[in-house]
Amino acid sequence: MSARELGTYAVNTWCKGCGNFAILGAVKAVLQALGEEKGGIENVVLVSGIGCHAKIVDYLNVNSFYAIHGRVAPVAEGIKLANPNLTVIGFAGDGDSYGEGLEHLVFAAKRNVDITMVIHNNRVYGLTTGQYTPTSPLGFKGKSTPRGTKEPPLNPLELMLASGASFIARGYSNRMDLLKQTIREAVAHRGFALVDVLQVCVTFYNLYMEYNKRAYQLENHDPSDYEGAHRKMREWDYNSSAPIALGTLYRCERPVFEGSVRAEKMTPPARAARIGALLKER
Amino acid sequence: MNELSVLIGGQAGDGINQAGLLTARLLAQLGYRIFMEYDYPSLIRGGHNYSMIRAAEKKIGSSRERVDFLLALNQDTVEKHKVKLRDPSRLIYDSDSARAEGLGIPLKTIVKEESAPELTRNSCLIGAFARCAGIGWDVLEGVFRKDIPRELEVNLKLARRGFELSAPREKVGSLGQEVLPLVTGNEACGLGLLGAGLDAYIAYPMTPSSSLLHFLAQAADDFNINVIHPESEIAVMLMALGYAYAGRRAAVGTSGGGFCLMTEGFSLSGMAEIPIAVVVGQRPGPSTGLPTYTAQTELHFVMNAGQGEFPRFVVAPGDAEEAYFWSAIAMNISWKFQIPSVILMDKTICEGTYSFDIASAGEVAEDGAALWDGRGQYRRYVNTDTGVSPLAFPPDARAVVKVDSYEHDENGITTEDPKLANMMQEKRLRKGNHLGEEIQRYGAVGVYGDSGASAALVCWGSNKGVCVEAGEHLGLKVIHAPVLAPFPTSRLHEALAGVKRIICVENNATGQLARLLRLHGVDVGDKLLKYDGRPFSLEELEGKLTGVMR
Repeated sequence: MSARELGTYAVNTWCKGCGNFAILGAVKAVLQALGEEKGGIENVVLVSGIGCHAKIVDYLNVNSFYAIHGRVAPVAEGIKLANPNLTVIGFAGDGDSYGEGLEHLVFAAKRNVDITMVIHNNRVYGLTTGQYTPTSPLGFKGKSTPRGTKEPPLNPLELMLASGASFIARGYSNRMDLLKQTIREAVAHRGFALVDVLQVCVTFYNLYMEYNKRAYQLENHDPSDYEGAHRKMREWDYNSSAPIALGTLYRCERPVFEGSVRAEKMTPPARAARIGALLKER
Repeated sequence: MNELSVLIGGQAGDGINQAGLLTARLLAQLGYRIFMEYDYPSLIRGGHNYSMIRAAEKKIGSSRERVDFLLALNQDTVEKHKVKLRDPSRLIYDSDSARAEGLGIPLKTIVKEESAPELTRNSCLIGAFARCAGIGWDVLEGVFRKDIPRELEVNLKLARRGFELSAPREKVGSLGQEVLPLVTGNEACGLGLLGAGLDAYIAYPMTPSSSLLHFLAQAADDFNINVIHPESEIAVMLMALGYAYAGRRAAVGTSGGGFCLMTEGFSLSGMAEIPIAVVVGQRPGPSTGLPTYTAQTELHFVMNAGQGEFPRFVVAPGDAEEAYFWSAIAMNISWKFQIPSVILMDKTICEGTYSFDIASAGEVAEDGAALWDGRGQYRRYVNTDTGVSPLAFPPDARAVVKVDSYEHDENGITTEDPKLANMMQEKRLRKGNHLGEEIQRYGAVGVYGDSGASAALVCWGSNKGVCVEAGEHLGLKVIHAPVLAPFPTSRLHEALAGVKRIICVENNATGQLARLLRLHGVDVGDKLLKYDGRPFSLEELEGKLTGVMR
């Protein structure tokens, strides 16, 4: 499947230079590779929330569920539990998943449902024209906080580690090859995987210079070492000007939460007979 | 006796619901038709709990105020309910826990002598009741053997001691008619959903719908379904929509407060055209209200829930058979029309126990969904005459299945084009028109009582039982409308032919059905409203009706 066949007729409305283009490009490459490996991508379902990020499903000719703000994780979980043969990739914004729908992310990680969450973390609300998000730095001046925020950001990676996520990574929209590789690993991981992508919003919060200076690719890092992963996650708290590690920070194997619906549905006569048997006991 | 009522009461933790159920099964075994209500406060230990069991020759769905037997585990029960006894000597009580006149049995002493668990006081009390009512030991033993899964022998021993300390005062014998199983309204609803092909039930616990979650969780393996209890009602709704997108029939259950959280997903179901069946068990609000009591206050809430305009199916079953039948229909309709359905229950029906006659409930089977024929390019929202677009589910190598919460084109790609916006809005609403025709096929409005009477009681939900009986006694027509959206206007007008006076009977403070009737051109004369969280008893309703009719 060519990159062209993966696209749709929808007109792309992201701003020029938006970090979302990099995520779209990386996802196309991952889907192409998946398609070549499996002979098709009909098993893939994409889920998105609401925000600039969410338009990604309109731009991909792939099964998709364009959901609502904050609710990507439960939709993705429902789809995966209903049919374990599907590969489910959720796309969500930072406001979308670290703000409004945070509880769902925590529980999806706790359950270890086998889905991938790609977080388009631009640290600002773009589509609603520039307010602070859960990962904006302390003192961020947005339209709803003209004198600067009075709350520090949360560190989503640390939160995911504490919640039980079995794959945690960070990407950057200006490091394309690494981003592709990271998303591919996340999708291949059996269990709940989260990739926090530092995705730059050129219009409301342009952090290219900042990230270019401080982002580095992890080397000689053992993602199976919980303590080491934790240290790397704490290195930058989304507030300071510390170095920012990119790549797979943490990975472990643990049992996944699965639906138990068998492939063949019980036939109507069998169901009716069961209902009859159940009533006999009453 | 062709009818009797038994009240058994004690503290929370005394096992009153189970004791009530056992008593109900004893009477059901003799061919009686049962209605049992369980009254309990929102606490785990202490307080006052009671089960009111009514047994009659004919199908019933209400309680009487007067009782023929009062079984008391504590003083509270004696004090609160002894005035209800027809004959003060039909009081059987634990003489170790209460002082009263009647038949005192030292339950605590007996339990101690037998080194039995405290809960077995109930068995001893039921044994004493059975003897007093003239029910044979063999009947009691049969019911115990069938219904007591644990520590049967000790329970039988306790029952025997109660039986022997008691003496026959009545002659409650077999009615010689078929023995019917007992189910709660929630269980009947669950069976209906299962009958219509339920694949997954997803819920967060909330009275009075929790017992549906428990029932289906127990039945999950036998029926090969998923039962999931996620982090919140918001997750419940969205997870269920995920199941439905993947082609699995999902239902969710809650009460008004939980449904508040579900409404954004409910609207998503309307826009994205994803089928979902929602069970809403009503209890008094606003807010936490009276969590363990009954109400009919969410009619307009569920009719209008969710932003935007989209068709929905709302049905409020009136008894166990209707809960079974209409839950299945609701599931089928949501798949046939790709819309949300609401099965609107109330605590009385959710947790009330009924004799259940599956043969009279109506045929239940999975049907309905229009599937894509695989020809040409798949378009999830292709515009059709009925507004219904054929379904495909991933994985399907021939189809890309895209659903969208935004306004979208036929392929499911977001659009803001005004012409497309009109087309898609009209497509969705057209499904509602066809649904309106579809429900004419079913008995969307039931007529009972004296069909020639010029005065009619109009009711919904669990008030069916009490209204039908009062109507029969007082010579009134009774109209019960299970289907509330789309409103069966013409069927209702047919049912109202010849009626000059309408009295609405509802468990709310503002007359929600009356308001709905007015919207459809029906003038309601009187409203009999009860909103203290308790259902109407038969005597109470008859008294009020007599007052109104005077």
